[in-house]
Amino acid sequence: MLLLLLTAGTGTGAGTGAGTGTGAPPLRGPALRSSPPVPASPSASPPLLLLPKPRAEYGAPGVASARSAAEEPAGGGGEEAGEQHHHHGGGFRVVQWEWSYVQTPYIIAIWLLVASVAKILFHFSQRFTTVVPESCMLILLGLVLGGIVLIANKKQLYQLEPALFFLFLLPTIVGDAGYFMPARLFFDNLGAILMYAVVGTLWNAFCTGFSLYAAKLVGVIDERVHADLLDFLLFGALVSAVDPVAVLAVFEEVHVNDTLFIIVFGESLVNDAVTVVLYKVYISFVEVGAENVQTVDYFKGVASFLIVSIGGTLVGLVFAVLLGFITRFTKKVRIIEPLFVFLLVYLAYLTAELFSLSAILSMTFCGIGANKYVEANISQKSRTTVKYTMKTLASIAETIIFIFLGISAVDKTKWAWDTGLVSCTLIFIFIFRAMGVIGQTWVLNRFRLVPLDKIDQVVMSYGGLRGAVAFALVVLLDGEQVRAKDYFVATTIVVVFFTVMFQGLTIKPLVKWLKVPRSTSRKPTINEEIHERAFDHILTAVEDIAGLQGYHHWRDKWEQFDKNYLSKLLLRKSVYRKSELWEAYQKINIRDAISVIDQGGNVLTSARLSLPSMTSRASFPEVTNVTNYLRENGSGVCLDLQVIDNVPGAKVEEDMETHHVLAENLYKPRRRYQSAYSRHFMPLGEKERQDREVFQRNMKSRMETFKSTRHKRHKKERSLKKRRGSDSKEDGNEKPRRNVSWQDKDPVVVPVESEEEKGEHSDPEKEKEEDEGITFVARKAETPKIRPKSVPAALEGCHSPPAAPYSPTSEDSHLPWKGGVGSPPPCVSVEATKIIPVDLQQAWNQSISSLESISSPPAPAEPVHPRVSALSRLGGPRPASYTPPGSLAGSTSSVGAQVAQGSFCFPEKKEEEEEEEEEEEEGALQEMRPLMSSLRPPGAMPPPPQPPPGSAPGSGKRRNPCVYLRSFVTAPPPPPPPPPPPPPGDSRSRGPTQL
Amino acid sequence: MGSRASTLLREEEIEEIKKETGFSHSQITRLYSRFTSLDKGENGTLSREDFQRIPELAINPLGDRIINAFFPEGEDQVNFRGFMRTLAHFRPIEDNEKNKNSSASEPLNSRTNKLLFAFRLYDLDRDDKISRDELLQVLRMMVGVNISDEQLGSIADRTIQEADTNGDNSISFNEFIKVPPVDGEQDY
Repeated sequence: MLLLLLTAGTGTGAGTGAGTGTGAPPLRGPALRSSPPVPASPSASPPLLLLPKPRAEYGAPGVASARSAAEEPAGGGGEEAGEQHHHHGGGFRVVQWEWSYVQTPYIIAIWLLVASVAKILFHFSQRFTTVVPESCMLILLGLVLGGIVLIANKKQLYQLEPALFFLFLLPTIVGDAGYFMPARLFFDNLGAILMYAVVGTLWNAFCTGFSLYAAKLVGVIDERVHADLLDFLLFGALVSAVDPVAVLAVFEEVHVNDTLFIIVFGESLVNDAVTVVLYKVYISFVEVGAENVQTVDYFKGVASFLIVSIGGTLVGLVFAVLLGFITRFTKKVRIIEPLFVFLLVYLAYLTAELFSLSAILSMTFCGIGANKYVEANISQKSRTTVKYTMKTLASIAETIIFIFLGISAVDKTKWAWDTGLVSCTLIFIFIFRAMGVIGQTWVLNRFRLVPLDKIDQVVMSYGGLRGAVAFALVVLLDGEQVRAKDYFVATTIVVVFFTVMFQGLTIKPLVKWLKVPRSTSRKPTINEEIHERAFDHILTAVEDIAGLQGYHHWRDKWEQFDKNYLSKLLLRKSVYRKSELWEAYQKINIRDAISVIDQGGNVLTSARLSLPSMTSRASFPEVTNVTNYLRENGSGVCLDLQVIDNVPGAKVEEDMETHHVLAENLYKPRRRYQSAYSRHFMPLGEKERQDREVFQRNMKSRMETFKSTRHKRHKKERSLKKRRGSDSKEDGNEKPRRNVSWQDKDPVVVPVESEEEKGEHSDPEKEKEEDEGITFVARKAETPKIRPKSVPAALEGCHSPPAAPYSPTSEDSHLPWKGGVGSPPPCVSVEATKIIPVDLQQAWNQSISSLESISSPPAPAEPVHPRVSALSRLGGPRPASYTPPGSLAGSTSSVGAQVAQGSFCFPEKKEEEEEEEEEEEEGALQEMRPLMSSLRPPGAMPPPPQPPPGSAPGSGKRRNPCVYLRSFVTAPPPPPPPPPPPPPGDSRSRGPTQL
Repeated sequence: MGSRASTLLREEEIEEIKKETGFSHSQITRLYSRFTSLDKGENGTLSREDFQRIPELAINPLGDRIINAFFPEGEDQVNFRGFMRTLAHFRPIEDNEKNKNSSASEPLNSRTNKLLFAFRLYDLDRDDKISRDELLQVLRMMVGVNISDEQLGSIADRTIQEADTNGDNSISFNEFIKVPPVDGEQDY
């Protein structure tokens, strides 16, 4: 506070007068300090100087005239202050008061400081911030600050400068939003977003304008408001724009579902184009005078809209390509990578402003477009830098905006209150917003697969927050041409306040109340909780499988294009190089390890949970043997004193704890987790960690299953007689291999028969036998394509020689399969970039290919196993598709004729891989070798710091390394997971057994 | 790849699928184009690998289980009919359907079948019971690594206790049906 007053006081003295201060480049201010009528760089010192509004620079396309006029009122206030300028006098002084020298940066820094401290204070009280949105707090703070300054100086010094807003504050927020925009969601809902943004905004603008005019005619609005139809339309246009800043601020605190968020947020970003164009058109109409407007002008207006929005988008995309291209070559100069990102994104904004195109659109699309390539190109550190810097800037900008909003509201000179106008505006924008949303949703729902339901509509209508954009636009109005400007300004401020404060405050309870109307009535049981979550996962998975969004045609096309041209152009060649991959994995591992250690205490304390739970329910003692055991012996383990209090009757509490643990730890379904975009938190929190965990676990289990399917298939055959097979893997070694061929070969056979025989695999058992034969023959004959399905059955006898080495079979089978799939992986990786955390993308890629390759090598159990363990050790689906040549030779050697093929095909593949891998990864391989030779490599290598994907690996043998890994990582080593039930007779159950 | 769209789907086939699953014509053609785009091998069937290539599934804790649900027992390929049959479980129950479906046996998307589908995801050994181990496996899939095995075990115990009415320490399908709230699985 004190500081503020100080700066305020001194600010008065220094407050650059000279309404002429146009377009001085930012840094000129200090340099010119000695000249009394400093044209002190309005754009550089804007936070504080209320006066000169820069003329030409800032965007708000095409409002030049309005701007010049807007300077008048503000300029008036400045003149006097300007005179008593820093005439600090002559003579030598030991210590000089060089305020004017440091003034601008000093004040800016102080502002940032105040804003940041305010943020800290708000977040002090967790409970408070959950109730009151931060934006409200900031506005209130602004009000208070403004009031103090007003009292101290008798007039308001600080105002939200349009130039400051459009040139600095807005771009940081939009840039942040664009760059971190969940691109896939955005494009998934592009239709809805465009609809709401364009049609909705037009509807709002026109309806509000006309209704206000009608209200004026009826007499509800006071006579003193001199405005005609055009003025009201203009006002309607600027006041109907939903503001991205306000929406972001409120919506990211209210956790609505992703779709809703992206629609409202996307709308608020895109409708800027509409608003600005409307505004521009009206302004020019007002200038010309309503009577002179010709029909042509209306068409010009429409054309202008198209040009502004499409042009802005194009500028953004051009810069996105440029950015991707540049970052491709920064390998040697990592340090400037983040700078490029900021510069080019900002330049996209400025360039669009330069041509009076929609700068917001430009910046957004630049961010969306470049994100993927940039993230892949730049280093991990740069990525972090970009993230943090963008978030910091945006956060600061947002804080400043809201504080300024508060401060500007205190200035009485701007106030011209008309109750009729204010209340009419409030009512109209609310009603028309709701009507517009309902109407459009009705139309949209006819096309959408997942319709927006009523709750969504309510939230959307209610979430139509107005903010700084509207305010800045209205301040820009030309007071001479729009005579009711002061009324409009006052009304806009009220509207902004009302929407941000009132709606912002109430939207959260509203959402809660609407979303979970039943939650108060009854607590869900544990069963419900678990099953519901499971259902959620199932549903998301099915949605993903069904590709719910249904525009895959174009997406596929785009991905093809992207893969064939864009990625080649924009992505660094080395992106997929293993060395970097290796590096990345190291980092992930380290990070994971750190996080695990961080949570160490957590694990300890939460361990008590197992103790109190299950307080003796006598009816099922045997179920609880584990917990009982723990409870009885638990006193030693129990670190938390509270457990002692947890005596009988604590069932409720225990339930609660279980709920708590579940709620904390259950994975959230993908679409449900929020924070798709958050200003204040790095997305790498829950979501990415969860993704990584699940991803690693899935990949691992896939790898394991892939190989263990052999066993299982084998087992399945036998398990017809014996249901509960043992866990032993050794006996699975022989026959199963043969069966692999069946599995893998299928793709080959099916294409041929697909027409006639689709879906006729009625007798799997039988077929398996046959198929086994098929593959064998097929490869021999090398005519898999023409071979009719029936043949193999006949041939079944001939091969399946006991000596028949499984390896070649699996190899053959691999080949055709690979042939079919060889190309897709890169394509998939493209798709994957949208879903899977960047760090894992390469891993994804690799895992796909390693899935292929894992089937290819003849792979006796040992090589496979190390692979898996190496995989987990490396923190993910690390490909590790390297197969020691020795094993290949060994396994194939026994195979007479097949060897030729096997060695013919396999080395090819191996070579490919080795080309890539071996060069850069010699080291890694060295480390992995011990693994390959011995099953349990105790401390031979650096501790694998990967959080154990707590699932129990498939077999005892394979599990060991994992257990080892886990115990290495987590402080209290959990006992090995319960052995998975044998998967008797169910070849379906691949993943499950791997659990 | 996905561009070779619905042309390959014959009308009569569509009719049959329509009858079997209750999907509308447009839904079928759209899903067919999705099917073909998933089908990287371009052979008219999907393999597990085709499913596993869907990136979203890689981060879905139950992804692999669900993939498995698409494959009839013992098979490694699923054709479009089978694909649709599985998806049909997720079609919402429409209002008019509730009355008219007296004719057909039990539509795939009935509540019971939906629940059965979910039940099967737990019940690996197909003994129509969810044993503690099976439940544990699913739980382990769905929780983070922060939760210890003992905790998980006790949660599983509680869960079973809660649902188990006949005291066999497992959840039968009938018990399972009673548990979940009646919130529809409402996509499609």
